[in-house]
Amino acid sequence: MSQQTLNLIFIGLSFALYIVIAIRSRASSTKEYYIAGGGVSPFANGMATAADWMSAATFISMAGTVAISGYDGSRFLMGWTGGFVLLTILMVPFLRKFGKATVPDFIGDRYYSKTARAVAVVCALFICMTYIMGQMRGVGVVFSQLFGIGIPAGVLAGALIVFIYAGLGGMKGITYTQVAQYSVMAFAYTIPAIFIALMLTGNAIPQVGLVGNTLDGVSFLDKLNNINHELGFHQYTAGKLSTLNMFCITAALMCGTAGLPHVIVRFFTVKNVRAVRKSAAWTLAFIAVVYLTAPAVGAFARVNLIESLNEKKAKELPVWFAEFEKTGQMSWEDKNNDGVVQYRGPMHEQENELYFGNDIMVMANPSMANLPMWVIALLMAGCIAAALSTAAGLLLVLSTSISHDLMKKIIRPDLSDKDEVKWARIASFIALLIATYFGINPPSTFIAKTVAFAFGLAASSFFPTLLLGIFSKRMNKEGAIAGMIAGIGFTFSYIVYFQFMGGTSDQYFLGITPEGIGFIGMIINFIISFLVCIFTSSPPEDVIEMVEEIHIPIK
Amino acid sequence: MKKALSSYEKTCNVILFVLLSIWFVASFGCGILFREWLDQNAPSIGNAPFGFWMAQQGSIITFVLIIIAYVILMNRADDKHGYKEDND
Repeated sequence: MSQQTLNLIFIGLSFALYIVIAIRSRASSTKEYYIAGGGVSPFANGMATAADWMSAATFISMAGTVAISGYDGSRFLMGWTGGFVLLTILMVPFLRKFGKATVPDFIGDRYYSKTARAVAVVCALFICMTYIMGQMRGVGVVFSQLFGIGIPAGVLAGALIVFIYAGLGGMKGITYTQVAQYSVMAFAYTIPAIFIALMLTGNAIPQVGLVGNTLDGVSFLDKLNNINHELGFHQYTAGKLSTLNMFCITAALMCGTAGLPHVIVRFFTVKNVRAVRKSAAWTLAFIAVVYLTAPAVGAFARVNLIESLNEKKAKELPVWFAEFEKTGQMSWEDKNNDGVVQYRGPMHEQENELYFGNDIMVMANPSMANLPMWVIALLMAGCIAAALSTAAGLLLVLSTSISHDLMKKIIRPDLSDKDEVKWARIASFIALLIATYFGINPPSTFIAKTVAFAFGLAASSFFPTLLLGIFSKRMNKEGAIAGMIAGIGFTFSYIVYFQFMGGTSDQYFLGITPEGIGFIGMIINFIISFLVCIFTSSPPEDVIEMVEEIHIPIK
Repeated sequence: MKKALSSYEKTCNVILFVLLSIWFVASFGCGILFREWLDQNAPSIGNAPFGFWMAQQGSIITFVLIIIAYVILMNRADDKHGYKEDND
């Protein structure tokens, strides 16, 4: 049986499983559509949230980033897990106690204003759209590799599947499907890592292998540092980002996590505050399984890639190289015409001849290590599960923001439940069309970076506003609205200027890249909120009572 | 208008403050700000320099422990102050 057939069988089987689950738990009411009826167990919700959370950026892009940039890749590792601590401790138990289905709902009520609600809807749209673009790109990369087609065609194929799948079941369907998806993802990620760890270090636990010795008895990380040094790259364990930039990016990702509407909404699906806490603990534990493996996967992939391609003659190149070349994911340009591949870093006198995207490392990893075909097929199924589950969760939040927060609460309060669900479906269709366009023409060709922008937007808009809404009784609508607009406005303009309008790196503010600017946007949001708040009147009595109320776990 | 904080709120604030401090030290402290110093001066974990290991592994492990501690401490605080729900 060929690899292609086996891939299709694995993906087909996993899909059949998801669809069966989605149909069996189809939503029948709006409450089920949005928050799965509010009765999911903490364990199941933890798993589903983990699947929702781990997107194509985590699954496909993250280990690749670690492989390319070594220590610098830690910004994603820490940012996307550390944010969960903020989310659990500062946000979700209180929002759950408040008990409304969406983030704009909370902002609208807490800041007693339709304007605040509308601004929140707009922020949610920007955040989710940017995030979905990254996912569509991810689906595109996988499908393109799978069928040997270009990325644009891959993105289109992916969009079709996401649409069919997300419209099917609403939140209830999605929750249980995501439990299945988490399982597929966890196995797909860890099994290849175990195989490769055994091959390179003789240790079955990748995390131990990473800090251990290779089969020849030298330290694995020293070996990697030496390779990097010889080829003219910065030291693997040191990285080259400035400390300030590293700090800002990590902080933006963390605070962004705590302001991401699709993750927050997940915690509305469990029954009470206690269950929310437990559920969050499960989620982080499930996420940690993958995140602790990623640094090992990245490091192993780097060694394998270099050993199988560098200094090889054209005819010695492995078969898989041709496959990745065909889809444009890897390329070799023989600049000095010696018929040998030279992979070189910026600090080497020779020119680099080998090009590959960060996003291809995880997918190429099992092929590079010559792993059995079924492992590769499982990995493919995992990649698709990662992108699909997140895209579906995001589409749901996006469509809810439009149908519930915009249509029902602001424009047409007399909307029936049935019409609300209809609007949700229309909204998700349009959103998907836009996301498909930007999946083909993304803000950054590198998935994790596109997704990092979404986090920056969330950090600069929702994080401060929610935090102040929960912990400050004095914060009023004027402050919140001004803060959100200033924060997201600044961050969005910065990103657009540098990604689409040709801003150059010497123009960076304090050397902070667009990935990390959300942190500055967040500080701006806080400052503006406080300043405006001082000069305007305090919120009404019932809102102050409401803030006191949400800190008490039960009625 | 300001009311004195109840003892429940005080407990919650202490839990919050302590856990967030640990969170900051483990990630931003060990993983970023003092990473270079720790790489050179702290004992390495296996063959990995300490700061590097904290950034790629240690911080994540700490995060999981923080949340587990949070669940236990908060549930205990709730029980002590009579915020126990009947049906769990």
